[in-house]
Amino acid sequence: MPDWLATLLISLLKAVLVVLGLLTTFAYMTLVERRLLGRMQLRPGPNRVGPMGLLQPAADAIKSIFKEDLNVTLADKLVYTLAPIVAIGMALTAFGGLPAGPARSLFGENPWVYNLDTGILALLALTSMGVYGIFLGGWASGSKYPILGGLRSSAQMISYELGMGLSILGLLMLVGTTSFQGIVGWQAQNGVLFLFQALGFALFLISSFAETNRTPFDLPEAEQEIVAGYLTEYSAIKWALFQMAEYVNMITASAVMATLFFGGWKGPQFLNALIPGISDWPLVWLIAKIAFFLFVFIWVRATLPRLRYDQLMRFGWKLVLPLALANTVMTAAFLAFRGQGGLWFLAVLSFAALAALLVMSDRVRVLWNQPTVRREGEMSSAGGD
Amino acid sequence: MLLVALGIGIVAVIASAILGPKRRGSRTKLMAYESGNDPEGGVGTGQRFPVHFYLVAMLFIVFDIETAFFYPLAVAYQKLIPFAFFEAITFVLLLLVGYVYILKKKVLEWA
Repeated sequence: MPDWLATLLISLLKAVLVVLGLLTTFAYMTLVERRLLGRMQLRPGPNRVGPMGLLQPAADAIKSIFKEDLNVTLADKLVYTLAPIVAIGMALTAFGGLPAGPARSLFGENPWVYNLDTGILALLALTSMGVYGIFLGGWASGSKYPILGGLRSSAQMISYELGMGLSILGLLMLVGTTSFQGIVGWQAQNGVLFLFQALGFALFLISSFAETNRTPFDLPEAEQEIVAGYLTEYSAIKWALFQMAEYVNMITASAVMATLFFGGWKGPQFLNALIPGISDWPLVWLIAKIAFFLFVFIWVRATLPRLRYDQLMRFGWKLVLPLALANTVMTAAFLAFRGQGGLWFLAVLSFAALAALLVMSDRVRVLWNQPTVRREGEMSSAGGD
Repeated sequence: MLLVALGIGIVAVIASAILGPKRRGSRTKLMAYESGNDPEGGVGTGQRFPVHFYLVAMLFIVFDIETAFFYPLAVAYQKLIPFAFFEAITFVLLLLVGYVYILKKKVLEWA
């Protein structure tokens, strides 16, 4: 077998494995989410199909594939069919670039599907492509609720993509590379980037909640408000593909947060003193971190009410965007004039900024202020109204 | 990776089209959703949408280009300091002028 064919086959195999893994994770994420939401609301989640409800995802999948695949009269047939495929395709592809371990650690192969020097840029590009799926889906349904939902959703996603892109600039300045391997390596040497970019991380977290259309930013899908957004006219597997894309995006966002800010597949270094080599265990740490962030996604969903649409856009454009820029400038100034101060100074600076943000934010203010009837536009905004 | 991912989607759609029940839908079944009413004011009827979405998209393009300019600077930053710092500040300030203009024009207000 020629060399290139072997490489091709291996990467194909890895791609298939990653895709199947993601789909399984997605299926079980729906179950985990429902169970956890149940726990948080003091009720059991789905527990009838199989032990502990473990067969529920399979039942759901079988149901949705045997459902009648409707094509609404007004729909644009081609685009209507293509949109969910685009959405899921982009969502799945974005995950492939993330490293799950050091080079050659997966039975002599690399534990990633593709490795680009511009890993972060590729990831952002793929998330932008995901917007196409959602908007075209809404448009092709040929009805006014889906198109409104699609418009809202795409406007929201592109707005927060800006915040996402800007909030990692400080990180890139520190690290000096856009490849995920480089970023993980830097963190193994200097400590996790969350310490030095706490503000950037907070903004990235908020942006990725909005980017994946999760609560508290899930109003494009708000069932009580505009039917179900871009999903209104979809049935059977196409609907499931959109849901799948959302959950896969969530998993990818968790993995990206783990990789960029929490050391990726490297475990905490101090544990090495107890059990030598524990921080290099393949996959374990990455999966643990992803699971943690997924839990946060669900936890937030169970806790927070959703924003109104104007609040959402104001939040994105007037708070996240300027703060991300401020974070960039802060990091830039630190790097330019650091003098003798080590990185710890940046860490202090960053946490102070985050603390200030929290103190100023509405939720904290409510804690010691009497909640009064608030006028519109009083939400904390950097630019002022 | 992209091919495999798209392939999964295509396979799923085809499988569902084959496996699902194929009944001819009646007119009402294939009608767009509107709480039981005949749909009115759909996409084809010339109803228009707020210009806000257009503005947001336009601003996104502007600021995303800004971000695109920022990436090379950020990656090469440590090699170019302190000169690059003033470059970056100038660039950010120029953009902030535009940003403040948008704020003052209340483009970002969703009435």
